Amino acid sequence: MKMLTALLGWIDARFPLTKMWKEHLSEYYAPKNFNFWYFFGSIALLMLVMQIITGIFLTMNYKPDAELAFASVEYIMRDVEWGWLIRYLHSTGASAFFIVIYLHMFRGLMYGSYQKPRELIWLFGMLIYVALMAEAFMGYLLPWGQMSYWGAQVIISLFGTIPFGIGEPVSAWIRGDFVIADATLNRFFAFHVIAVPMILLMLVVAHILALHEVGSNNPDGIDIKKHKDENGIPLDGIPFHPYYSVKDIVGIIVFLIFFAVVIFFIPDLWGWFLEKDNFIPADPLKTPEHIVPLWYFTPFYAILRAVPPIFGSQFPGVLAMAMAIVVLFLVPWLDRSPVRSIRYRGAIYKIALAIFVISFLFLGWLGTQPAGGVYLTLSRIFSVVYFGFFILMPWYTMIDKTKPVPERVTDK
Amino acid sequence: MSKEGVDLGKRRFLTAATTVVGGVGVAVALVPFISYMMPSARARAAGAPVEVDISKLELGKKMTIGWRKKPVWVIRRTETNLSDLETLDPEMEDPLSEVPQQPSYTTGRIRAIKPEYMVVIGLCTHLGCSPTFRPDLGAHDLGGDAWKGGFFCPCHGSKFDLSGRVYAGAPAPTNLVVPPHKYLTDTVIIIGEDQGVA
Repeated sequence: MKMLTALLGWIDARFPLTKMWKEHLSEYYAPKNFNFWYFFGSIALLMLVMQIITGIFLTMNYKPDAELAFASVEYIMRDVEWGWLIRYLHSTGASAFFIVIYLHMFRGLMYGSYQKPRELIWLFGMLIYVALMAEAFMGYLLPWGQMSYWGAQVIISLFGTIPFGIGEPVSAWIRGDFVIADATLNRFFAFHVIAVPMILLMLVVAHILALHEVGSNNPDGIDIKKHKDENGIPLDGIPFHPYYSVKDIVGIIVFLIFFAVVIFFIPDLWGWFLEKDNFIPADPLKTPEHIVPLWYFTPFYAILRAVPPIFGSQFPGVLAMAMAIVVLFLVPWLDRSPVRSIRYRGAIYKIALAIFVISFLFLGWLGTQPAGGVYLTLSRIFSVVYFGFFILMPWYTMIDKTKPVPERVTDK
Repeated sequence: MSKEGVDLGKRRFLTAATTVVGGVGVAVALVPFISYMMPSARARAAGAPVEVDISKLELGKKMTIGWRKKPVWVIRRTETNLSDLETLDPEMEDPLSEVPQQPSYTTGRIRAIKPEYMVVIGLCTHLGCSPTFRPDLGAHDLGGDAWKGGFFCPCHGSKFDLSGRVYAGAPAPTNLVVPPHKYLTDTVIIIGEDQGVA
């Protein structure tokens, strides 16, 4: 014991180990009223670690070569010891990661976690979300199945719609060939296993550092630093470790129970997490009957399809899809409400958020349906609702009747 | 550090000069990295012409050949197919192929060297899916009696006729692309080489 203390002292004289431990865990004071919705930050971190670890193991047997990729994934699934588990943890884990991230973002919208002074936390979070989408998209090409191939073909062709003759060179630059080919697969592998994960890790560090700089928000949206005891510790704060580290582990275990059920019994979730056509090797000469992106992209895909071509160009649709993501970045500045939490907001914001969630889910479903007819009309309506939520936000958050916010956090 | 005797003008000049030189250096260093990702010499050279024997192609059928890793279709059109083309004109975005999506020797509504054989790249001009061949006249899901055979893109619902002309109002902006091709003999086509070029 004495030796360990001495060792710690030796390290602390050279590296801020104890200081960091205190700053981020044992003396990071988080509001004591965290509820269910506050589990998802930790779970997202867990999913990131899980994706990195399973990913490392998958690369041991995966071959990033158009001739070999599909067979190498099948090899992992059938012949490699426990390969099927590692692969399903990774592929189903990707979908689980997005579920967790969407719930985490919804929490932010509910409790105004992006409001001053937490704008940068939100921006870093949005960058993580975009990086995650890039990561998922490129990862989906790697098994080199039919959906991998044609999904990538459609998404990269989106860049080809950029006008003024820029589109074609840009999409050739992304593909490294004139069609999706071995060069594309190989570079997506490089981005998927090195470049994007590195960016993701740096962004996660920035996200957490920004959070710990200003302190966590809470379901009441109250600044707990306003009431401190004589030692300067917030009266409504409790140290993250051990209080929330232990609580989060409980949440993580419950999450893992659900996760395990999917992994072991329905790893493809009836085609929602792994599409049936992706069990057919990529065929550049034949598009599957019905191609759709994976569920976490479908809301944006529905918006893309909702916009008709203008002046013989699909670019406006692509622009609308990009704007659907860009507009999320602006939320901290669109929200003019004097209160953070939905608990003290008026009916208007509650209804607006509910309508937004419904339209997002509907768009997600519509993105999986064939384009045309009533589906197209619905996509257009819900796309307008989607943008309406953001564009009208400055107005309806300003006129919304808010309730008085209590001084201290409530027990609920 | 003492500020005494510091020549601020010189310091500002040095900061600006090193920033500019460094910036130019970074910009120049980006060139190889960005170019590295363009299609390689091998990818550019892979577009060798392909020979196709069409002698076994039956009337009203389609065959698919890979050229530059893209699907190229040869469709053998019937007399009815060809006479239907004109009646479809009003529904087309570009009925007479005025947008240069084809070589100069395959313009008009026929878009082929020999009207019977339509040669076209089977990738939708919208977002690059390969449309499905739907020769069944009067298909219910494609407009009933008005459907004279053609292609339907499953991705975003664009429709094309048997000349690869796009229906107006579809997401695809232009007609399908006709690749350069020529007849070597009556039954052998070379795809990737222009007619009249030795």
